[in-house]
Amino acid sequence: MHVSENRQRTMSNESRDGQQRENKLSTRPLDTEMPMPVSDLKIEYTKIFMNNEWHDSCCGRRIPVYNPATGELLCEVEEGDKEDIDKAVKCARQAFQLGSPWRRMDASERGRLLCKLADLVERDRQILATLEAIDSGKLFLVAYFVDLVGTIKTLRYYGGWADKIQGKTIPVDGEYFTFTRHEPIGVCGQIIPWNFPLLMFAWKIAPALCCGNTVIIKPAEQTPLTALHMASLIKEAGFPPGVVNIVPGYGPTAGHAIAQHMDIDKVAFTGSTDVGKIIKKAAGNSNLKRVTLELGGKNPNIVFADSDLEHAVEQAHHGLFFNQGQCCLAGSRVFVEEPIYDDFVLKSVERAKKRVLGNPLVPGVDQGPQIDKKHFDKILELIESGRREGAKLECGGGAWGQKGFFIQPTVFSDVTDDMRIAKEEIFGPVQQIMKFSSIEEVIRRANNTHYGLAAGVFTNDINKALTISAALQAGTVWVNCYNAMSSQCPFGGFKMSGNGREMGEYGLQEYTEIKTVTIKIPQKNS
Amino acid sequence: SEQHKYFRPSELGTDINLLSVAVGGWAELYMAPYLPNSSITSFSQLFINNEWHDAVNKKTFPTVNPATGEVICQVAEGDKADVDKAVKAAKDAFQLGSPWRRMDASDRGLLLSHLADRIERDAAYLAELETLDNGKPYAVAYTVDVPMVVKCLRYYAGWADKWEGKTIPVDGDYFCYTRHEPIGVCGQIIPWNFPLLMQAWKLGPALATGNTVVMKVAEQTPLSALYVAHLIKEVGFPPGVVNIIPGLGPIAGAAIASHMDVDKVAFTGSTEVGHLIQQASGTSNLKKVTLELGGKSPNIIMSDADIEVAVEQAHFAVFFNQGQCCCAGSRTYVQESIYNEFVEHSVERAKRRVVGDPFSFNTEQGPQVNEEQFKKILGYISSGKKEGAKLLCGGSVAAERGYFIQPTVFGDVKDNMTIAREEIFGPVMQILKFRTLEEVVERANNTKYGLAAAVFTKDIDKANYISAGLRTGTIWINCYNVFGAQAPFGGYKASGIGRELGQYGLDNYTEVKTVVIKVPQKNS
Repeated sequence: MHVSENRQRTMSNESRDGQQRENKLSTRPLDTEMPMPVSDLKIEYTKIFMNNEWHDSCCGRRIPVYNPATGELLCEVEEGDKEDIDKAVKCARQAFQLGSPWRRMDASERGRLLCKLADLVERDRQILATLEAIDSGKLFLVAYFVDLVGTIKTLRYYGGWADKIQGKTIPVDGEYFTFTRHEPIGVCGQIIPWNFPLLMFAWKIAPALCCGNTVIIKPAEQTPLTALHMASLIKEAGFPPGVVNIVPGYGPTAGHAIAQHMDIDKVAFTGSTDVGKIIKKAAGNSNLKRVTLELGGKNPNIVFADSDLEHAVEQAHHGLFFNQGQCCLAGSRVFVEEPIYDDFVLKSVERAKKRVLGNPLVPGVDQGPQIDKKHFDKILELIESGRREGAKLECGGGAWGQKGFFIQPTVFSDVTDDMRIAKEEIFGPVQQIMKFSSIEEVIRRANNTHYGLAAGVFTNDINKALTISAALQAGTVWVNCYNAMSSQCPFGGFKMSGNGREMGEYGLQEYTEIKTVTIKIPQKNS
Repeated sequence: SEQHKYFRPSELGTDINLLSVAVGGWAELYMAPYLPNSSITSFSQLFINNEWHDAVNKKTFPTVNPATGEVICQVAEGDKADVDKAVKAAKDAFQLGSPWRRMDASDRGLLLSHLADRIERDAAYLAELETLDNGKPYAVAYTVDVPMVVKCLRYYAGWADKWEGKTIPVDGDYFCYTRHEPIGVCGQIIPWNFPLLMQAWKLGPALATGNTVVMKVAEQTPLSALYVAHLIKEVGFPPGVVNIIPGLGPIAGAAIASHMDVDKVAFTGSTEVGHLIQQASGTSNLKKVTLELGGKSPNIIMSDADIEVAVEQAHFAVFFNQGQCCCAGSRTYVQESIYNEFVEHSVERAKRRVVGDPFSFNTEQGPQVNEEQFKKILGYISSGKKEGAKLLCGGSVAAERGYFIQPTVFGDVKDNMTIAREEIFGPVMQILKFRTLEEVVERANNTKYGLAAAVFTKDIDKANYISAGLRTGTIWINCYNVFGAQAPFGGYKASGIGRELGQYGLDNYTEVKTVVIKVPQKNS
C-alpha cells in the first residue's frame, strides 16, 4: 500500500508545490515502462512445503483454486490437515534445536537471507504479481506496485533488524551482573488472510525469521499460490530446511490444528474478529501459546469543514474502495462535518461513478471482483440491509457484469450509527457517509464501536488534528492522508481489532522472549 | 575483472579470530595463484560533486608500494582551496529540499546496501589495491578488510530507517517529540592502517543518518578509497554527498578541522594529532568532534588460562597487520607461574612468522607502511635494548628493500620503559610479569590510553572483575581483535572521544531536535 500511496502523494505534492522529487530509488520498471502480466503463466507449485521439500497431503484431499474474475478453476492445491500440521511442526521444531544451523547462524546472516529473499522476489516480481492478480482478483498493477513493493520493502526492513535486536545490561542492586538475551520464541504458527496474500505472508515471516524463529504458515484456501511460489524462493535463498513450512488448508481444520497444537510456541493470526476469538480460546485450551491478532475494523474517517475538500474526497474514496474494499483498515464510516456534508456526498458519488470495473489484468481498470461467491453474497446482503434500514443509496447497490464476483461501487448517505452498515465490517466496495456537527460528538461516535484498528482525520487546524489523534481509540491515526502504511510503522488494533502490533521495531517484541541472566560477582563497581 | 575469480570470501571465515587460528595453513585456503594486474591505478584525482578534479594548485604527490619502495603513481594533492570546494559541494547537497534531504531513509539504506554489493563484486580488485598501497598481505586484505567493509556498510544500511526519535510525555498541555536529524557537513580524516575499513566505519553511520561528507584519506594509502568513490557514483549517491580528498594532515586535514562550514569532524589516527583536531574545533566553530586515537592495550594472561590459545591470541593481538593496529595488545601481562613457559612459546611462535611478499599466500607479515614508520619502530626497538628489556628474537630489518621488520619479542619488560609506555605501531611484543589480580589491574590502568584490553582466564570471577576494573572501551575475554559492525568501539581517556560502530555510532552523527506543540487538552 505504502508505495502506491507514496506515489500518489508524491504526484499530488508535485502538482501542489511544482517540485519534482528527484532521485527516487525505484525498482527497475517502475519509471521506465508499464509492466504487463505474464501471459500463459504456468502454475508450478501446488504442494505442501516442509523441510524445503514438496509433500502430498496426508489425507489425499485437494483444494480447488479459482480465478474470481471468471470463476474458472486455476488448479488444485494439496490440502493440509492436522496430520500435515503435525509433520510441519516436527520439521520446525527440529530446525529450532540448540546447535542447529539456524540457531547457530550469525544474526547478520539471517538478515542477509531475508535480503536475498527480497532480491529474489524482485526478480520474480512480474510472476508473483500475475499469480496474485489471477488468484485474488486484485488488479495486476496494484499487485505489482503496491503488494510486491510492500513485500520487498518489508523483507529488506526486517533484514536490517536481524543484528540490531539488542539486549541490555542492567544495573541491578547487589553484587550481581545482569544482562538480557532477546531470544526467539520458537516454533511460530502463522495464519494469513486472502486480501493481501503475499504482503501478509511477508508481514508474518519477516519479523519471525529476523528474530530467529521457525515458522509454519497457513495461507488462505482462496489464495495459496503466491505463498507456494515464495516457498521455492525461500529454498533458493538458502534458508535451512524446516525454518519455513507452508501448509495450505482450511481454517477449521489446518488453522485449528495450529491454534491448539501443544508444540507451537506462538500463533499469529490475521483475519476476522470472530475467528480471532476462536484462536485465543484454542491457545487457552492448549499450551498458553503467545497470541497476536490483527482483526477487523470499522474505521472512522473524519472530515472537517476546514479541510481541503477535493483531497479529502479523493482520500476517503481510496480509503474505502482500495482493494475492492477488502481491507481491514478500510475507512468505512466517513464522518463529514455539517457545512460541507452535501458537497462532500455529491463529489464522492461522482468519484465512485467514475470507477472502472473489469478484468484485473487490464490497465485502466480500477476495481476487480470480490474474492469469492460467499463473500459476494454477504456484501450484497449488507447493501440490502442498508436500503431496508433507511440509508440513502446514492449509487451502485448491485452486482456487475455477467461472470465473476463483481459489485458496483456503492455509496450510502444519511447513514445513522445504529444501522448494520454503520456497525458491521462489510469488506466490500460500499461507502457509508454520516453527518456530524461538533468535535466532541464525532469523537464519541467514532469511538462507539468494539473495533479500534485505524482512523483518519482531515483538517488544516493543528489543534483539531492533535485532539483527534489523542482521542481516537485506534492503533493508527492518519492526518490528511489514508492508508499511508510503511514497514517502519507499527500497525495493529485497540479493543477487538487485535492484540499486539506488527511492523516497525514494535513488531519484533511479538517474536521475542526476553531472558534475564544474573551472575554473582565478587565485587560490583559502577 | 573476470581474472579475479580465486575464491569467495563467503567460503572463508571473515572473523579475524578465525584467521588467527588458520595462520600457517593459509596457503591451503587459496585455490589459484595470484596474478598482479599492472594497470590498476585509474583513480588518482580529487572526488568532488561526483566528478574527478585536479588539485586547484595542480600539485600531486607520489604514493609508494611499501614492499619495494617504488612509486605506484602520482595522486592529486588537495589543500585548503580544494577542501573549500568540497565543503561547498557537501553543503549544497545538504540544503533543505535537496534530493539527499528529501530521500526516504530506506532509500539511503538501499544506496549503502548497493555500495556494499559493488564492493563485494570488486573485492579482489580492491584487496589488490589495498595490498599494493599499504603492504598488508593480500590474503588478509581479501578475507578480513574487504568482507568487514561489506558487513559494516550493510549493517548501517539497515539502520537508515530504524533510527527513531521519541514522543515524550512532558508536563503540561503539550505534545513533544524528537527528530533525529543529520548534523550536516561532516569532515572525516582517516588513517593508513586499514584504509578501506576506516572509510566504511566513517561513511556507514554518516550516510545512514543523512549527513554529507568531506573525507581526507591518508597520503600513504589513497588508492582504494578513490576506487570506492567511483563506486559511490556508480550506485547513484547524489553529487556532493560524498567528497574525497587525498592530502596531507597539516594542510588538507587542518583545513577540514578549522573550517567554519564543517559541522562535525571525525578523526582516526594518533593521539598527538587528536589534540590538534580538538584545538582546531575550539578555535573555529566548535564543530562536534569524535576521535579514535592511539592505545597501549594490556593483554592479561592469568595462570589458569588455556596457554596454547593465549599464546596464539597474544601473538595475533600484537602482530596482526604488521603491528599497525591502534588496539594492538602491546603490553602482554603474564602471571608469574606461567611466565617462563608463555615467553618460550611466544618466541617460538614469533620465529615461525612468515615475513615476505604480501602477494604471496604464505606471507603472514608484509612491510611497514613507509620509511618514517619503519625508522620509528627500529628506534623503539633500540630504546628497548638500551633500557634493559631482554630481546628474545628479531630486533632488526628483515629484507634488503622495502620496509620489512623482523617479528620482535621483548621479555622482562618493566612498566617505566619507553616500549611499555608508548605506542610502537609495529611488530614488537612486550611481555611483562605480574603476581596478583589487583596488581595487574592497577598496572594495566596506569597509562594515558584506554582503547582496548583482554584477559585470558577460565575463572568467571576473574573475568568479571577485570572487565569491570579496566578503564578501556573494549574488553575481550579469551579472545582478541574480535570486531563486529554491531559492537561499539572507541576509547577511554586519551584514546579518543565517542564511539564508532553499533547503534552507539549513530549518536555521533545525529543532532536531536525537540519539538513541542501546544495542544488544547492533554490526555494520556
